[in-house]
Amino acid sequence: MQKRVVFRSRLLPYLLVLPQIAITLIFFFWPAYQALESSFFIEDAFGFSRQWVAMQNYVELFEDPSYLRSFKTTLIFGVSVAVMAMSISLGLAVAANRVVKAATGYRTMLIWPYAVAPALAGVIWYFLMNPSLGIVAYWLKNVGVDWNHYLNGDQALLLVIVAAAWKQVSYNFLFFLAGLQSIPKSLIEAAAIDRAGPVRRFWTIVFPLLTPTTFFLLVVNLVYAFFDTFALVHATTEGGPVDATSILVFRVYNTGFIGQDYGSSAAQSVILMGLVIMMTFVQFRFVERKVQY
Amino acid sequence: MVENRPFLTFLTHAVLIIGVLFLCFPVWMALVASTHGPEALSSSPIPLWFGDRAWENYSQLLVGGLPEAGGVPIGSMMFNSLIMALVITFGKIAISIISAYAIVYFQFPFRMGFFWMIFITLMLPVEVRILPTFDVVVKMGMLNTYAGLTVPLIASATATFLFRQFFLTIPDELVEAARIDRAGPLRFFWDILLPLSRTNIAALFIILFIYGWNQYLWPLLITTDESLYTVVMGIQRMVNSGESLPVWHYIMGTAVLAMIPPVIVVVAMQKLFVKGLVESEK
Repeated sequence: MQKRVVFRSRLLPYLLVLPQIAITLIFFFWPAYQALESSFFIEDAFGFSRQWVAMQNYVELFEDPSYLRSFKTTLIFGVSVAVMAMSISLGLAVAANRVVKAATGYRTMLIWPYAVAPALAGVIWYFLMNPSLGIVAYWLKNVGVDWNHYLNGDQALLLVIVAAAWKQVSYNFLFFLAGLQSIPKSLIEAAAIDRAGPVRRFWTIVFPLLTPTTFFLLVVNLVYAFFDTFALVHATTEGGPVDATSILVFRVYNTGFIGQDYGSSAAQSVILMGLVIMMTFVQFRFVERKVQY
Repeated sequence: MVENRPFLTFLTHAVLIIGVLFLCFPVWMALVASTHGPEALSSSPIPLWFGDRAWENYSQLLVGGLPEAGGVPIGSMMFNSLIMALVITFGKIAISIISAYAIVYFQFPFRMGFFWMIFITLMLPVEVRILPTFDVVVKMGMLNTYAGLTVPLIASATATFLFRQFFLTIPDELVEAARIDRAGPLRFFWDILLPLSRTNIAALFIILFIYGWNQYLWPLLITTDESLYTVVMGIQRMVNSGESLPVWHYIMGTAVLAMIPPVIVVVAMQKLFVKGLVESEK
C-alpha cells in the first residue's frame, strides 16, 4: 500500500491532495448528497418551496408503468449491446491472433472506432438507417423488411443497440486480443499434439482461460450501455418513438431538465447511483480475484 | 505453432475483412455523403462513391456555420472541443499525479480517507447526478465559461490509481539515494518521479484526450451560449432541428470533422494507446 521510505512533511501532502479532494467534494460528493436529499422532497416548479414527502417519489416511480418499462428497455439494451459487441469482437480477436502477416494492419483498421464518440456513432447509424434515404434501410427494403424507426419502437431500439455495439467492438477487441496473447502457447500445442482440432481447442482451452477477461468486459460493457450511451440516444431518437428507447439515464435528464420534476429526477438519480455502486462493487470484488478454473 | 490448414487461414482472413468492413462502412458512408450536394441525398438509393462538393461543403462548415446549429462555424466548435479536451487532459494528469505522489510517498493522517474519497468518485458519473451538479455550477457562476466546462470533470480516480500503481513499482532505493543527496520531496518529484512517469503520462494523455473530446452531456448542460458549443455536442442541434428536414451532407461533414482529431491520436500513437487503455483498466 505504501513505501517503506517516506518523506516527512506536515503541510505538503495536504497541499498535494487538495486540488483533487476539493473538486471531488464540490462536484461529486455535494451533488450526490443533494440528489439524495431532494429525492425525499417535492419542489414546486420555481424552487420557492418544497415539502417533505418521505419515500413518495420512489413509490410513485415504481408505480409508474413507463418507468418500469424504462427499466426493462435499459436491461434489454444493455444485455444486447454487451452480447453483440462482445461476440463480434471475440471472433475478430481470435482471428487476429491467428494472423501472422498483416497483423498490425488489421489491428489498426479494427481499433480506430474506439475514438468515435457515442453521439457520432449514433448520428451516423441514424443516417444509414434513415427510412427515406439511408442505404441500409434501402437494402433492407430490397430484402422485404419495412424499416422505419420513426414509427416502430422495436426498430428504434435495435438501431441504438447496433450503433452502441458498433462503437464498443474495438474496445472489447483489444482486451480479448490481450487476453488471447497471454495464454501460453504450450497449452495449445499440447492439445494439438493430442489431436484436438481448432474448434475443440477453442472451447475446451482458450475460452475457459479467457473467463476473467470476458467477465471484466461484461461489467464494462454493461456500465457503458447503461450510462455512456446517453449521448447516443439523446442525439438520435430522443427516447422515442413513444418511450421505446428511453433508457434510465435519458429519463433522469428528461424528467429533470425537460419535465422540471426535481424530486422525481433526484430519486431516479439515487436509484442509478445504487446501480453503479453495485456494478463497481461486483467488478472489484470478483474481477480482481480472477475467475477460478 | 506450425499448422497448415488452408481453409482455416482463409476463414480467418474472411472474418477479419468482414469485421473491418463492418467497422469502416458507416464512416465510409459519412465521408461519401459529406461530399455530395443536397440533390444527391434526396432520393434513395444514395450514391456510394464520392461527389464533387467536398470543398464547398467543408469550407462552408468550417468557416460559415449552419443556421440549424445556431450559425456557429464548426471550426470554432472544434476549437472549443480542443480547449476542453486539453484542459481536462492536463488537469486530470496534473492533479492525479500529485495526489498519487502524496498518497504513496507520505505518511499523514487521513491518507487512506483521501484515497477512498477519490475511489468513490468512480461510482458517481455525471449521468447519475445531473441536476444537482448543474445547480452547483450555476451557484458558482460557472455557466457558459470554459472553467465550467472543464473544472468539474478534472477529478480522476482512474489516473490516480494508475500513477499510484506505477509509483509502488519504483524501488525504494531511489528515494533513499535522493534523501542521502539531500533532495527534498519536491525535488525528488520533479527530477526523478516525473521523468520516470513519462510513458505513463503519454499513454494516459491519449485516453483522456479522447474522453475530453467526446464529452457530450456536460457541454449540453453547461453551455447555452452557442459560441461555447463543442462539436460533438453541437451536431445534435443539426439532427434534431425541429420542423426542417436534416441537412445530411452537412451533418455527415460535421461528424467526420468531429471524429478526425481523436481518430488521428489513436492511430498515430497506437502502441501507447493500447498500453494506456489496457493498463488504466486494471
